[in-house]
Amino acid sequence: MRPLLYILSAIVLMSLAFWAYRENYATQRALKDVSRLNQEIADLREGLSQQRAEWAYLNRPSRLRDLAALNFDSLGLLPMEPGQFGRVDQVAYPLPPLEFPQIGDPVDTVGTIDGEVDPL
Amino acid sequence: MIRTPLRPLARILSAREKGENPDHIERENVRLRAETSRAGAQNRAEGRLLLLGMAFFAAFIVVGARMGLLAATDPVEPRAFAAGAEISGRRADITDRNGRILATNLSTHALYAHPKQMVDPPRVAKALAKLFPELNAEDLERRFTDGRSFLWLRRKLSPEQMQAVHDIGDPGLLFGPRDMRLYPNGKLASHILGGSSFGAEGVHSAEVIGTAGVERAMDTRLRDPAQAATALALSIDLTVQTAMQEVLETGMAMMNAKGAAGVMLDVHTGEVVAMVSLPDFDPNDRPSPLLKGDPADSPLFNRALQGVYELGSTAKIFTSAQAMDLGLVDANSMVDANAPMRWGKHKIGEFEGKNYGPLMSVTDVIVKSSNVGTAHLALKIGGERQQAFFKSLGLFDPVPLELTEAPGAGPLIPKRWADIVTITTSYGHGMSVSPMHLAVAYAAIANDGILLPPTLLKRDKIPAGTRVMSAATAASSASMLREVVTRGTASFGEVKGYEVGGKTGTADKVKRGGGYEKGKNINTFAAMFPASDPQYVLVVTLDEASENTGPKPRRTAGWTTVPVAAEVIRRTAPLLGLRPQIEYTPLSEVSAVRP
Repeated sequence: MRPLLYILSAIVLMSLAFWAYRENYATQRALKDVSRLNQEIADLREGLSQQRAEWAYLNRPSRLRDLAALNFDSLGLLPMEPGQFGRVDQVAYPLPPLEFPQIGDPVDTVGTIDGEVDPL
Repeated sequence: MIRTPLRPLARILSAREKGENPDHIERENVRLRAETSRAGAQNRAEGRLLLLGMAFFAAFIVVGARMGLLAATDPVEPRAFAAGAEISGRRADITDRNGRILATNLSTHALYAHPKQMVDPPRVAKALAKLFPELNAEDLERRFTDGRSFLWLRRKLSPEQMQAVHDIGDPGLLFGPRDMRLYPNGKLASHILGGSSFGAEGVHSAEVIGTAGVERAMDTRLRDPAQAATALALSIDLTVQTAMQEVLETGMAMMNAKGAAGVMLDVHTGEVVAMVSLPDFDPNDRPSPLLKGDPADSPLFNRALQGVYELGSTAKIFTSAQAMDLGLVDANSMVDANAPMRWGKHKIGEFEGKNYGPLMSVTDVIVKSSNVGTAHLALKIGGERQQAFFKSLGLFDPVPLELTEAPGAGPLIPKRWADIVTITTSYGHGMSVSPMHLAVAYAAIANDGILLPPTLLKRDKIPAGTRVMSAATAASSASMLREVVTRGTASFGEVKGYEVGGKTGTADKVKRGGGYEKGKNINTFAAMFPASDPQYVLVVTLDEASENTGPKPRRTAGWTTVPVAAEVIRRTAPLLGLRPQIEYTPLSEVSAVRP
């Protein structure tokens, strides 16, 4: 009985050691992953703020004003003015589609190739 | 345990036989017993002390070893924690009220040198001088070879410049990361933002500190790592600020002025929607302050806040409002306006020697801007009540704005308040305040008589404010201001649909050291719109403006500032979402829509 117990406990000990070994490396790998991800997050965040700064710089009012003036031909943008406010009932309704009178009782004219008019 | 008896019978008997005292034996035994028990106690105590000593020794060894370990190892950031968005080492952004960026950070690099690691200092010096024109090759070479081991070269490098320095390829040239403050809108709102520079600088980082404006006044908030991720939202509206700056710039050029200032306040919240001072500067490259001459000529000077000028006639509405509030007069009461008026050795006249007298209504005093009429109102009020009222309007103290310059920009108040001071200040002379003061006081009239402290930060909760006049007084003052535009001195101020009400003010510039300068005016127009239900207050000031299209230059506010202010309102009111109130003619039968 006793030798069996010894062998069993030795096996348990060895498997625990193996498990601990693997856990140790798994933890280290996870930590490395976390720090890599953190680095990535920081980089992305910095990139984002860089993009925001660039966006703000490209959208600065003086540049937009110049662009609107340069492209006036195609855009026709003007500063907002009081005259551009209106009321809903000042907007015209779409015109009703033009109605042609229904053509009833059409008159047929029949011709022949040689130009002779068929005396109907 | 075997107890030895104190009086062992055998020894007692033998002692008695020998004729000795048996009590001696007993005493001897008592002594022996006490001695043994003392020895035992001593042993136990010593043992305990030893144990305790060992425990303490072990504890100190553990603490000491831990301290040694901590001191000897390199610091490592805890890797298992994910860095949250809350903590960031950067300075917080500044945005306008709609979240558009006014100030942000940009990662750049600083260039420094370790001359001792340099392979070929003369070549590096030449190459650097070629890249950066402000560096001198000989000077650099001398500094590279004089034995120092560290040298700053440039604080900021663009990515292209950095690549060019990389291409020099010398191991003695090194880069340190830098956060650079960027103001993407250039000159826009420069006086509000102020500027920033580097504080303590190291190789790995440098702290960015505000040098003026909001950047400096809110420095602790902007640098707080816990709030770095949330931008500081100002009350400024970028589009309104842009439109106002554009109009003022044009107006300044057209009216030949040397400076201009404009302030727009939301009367219901006390927020500053726009604040412009011209000439302005680029906060990305903040100029250094003037070393000589008048600091007011520097572009750094914020005319809207630091420029304290005599109010001119814009102050008259305060006098009339107080007189009405005290119940001394009402809007239609007649007051003495017989010009010129004599007070002691002083003579008080009207503009161009006119006489509006002998009597005129309070409304007309404001509409025609009568000095004499206002002076009589002020005399009815009396100096003490007048001072108390001005103080309640905040005209005696610096404006509590979130700018470094604000506490230093106090108004200039006469020390002695004689009767003649009461008279002159009633129409805005002898006392100097900034356009911002004026805007805050006008906002109190526009806000039904409740004064709100102004702010540059976006307000979520509106403070209660203090009532400085009754709502009825405020309303009739607003309608008087409206009449100034419809039939008074500010007729150019009419903007269709926006019911502008306002008061002009033309004041001669005060000379340094007393007296007035002839032909140099400060022209002010303080307005509110729409007058029937005021939403915004606008104050525009032009410095030394003159309108030269006529045969002789016209220097009054009505000719110079008012048209500029009207254009500001025409441009900004739609941006603020104010719908013009245009009289609406009902549709005729013919064009009416068929039901």
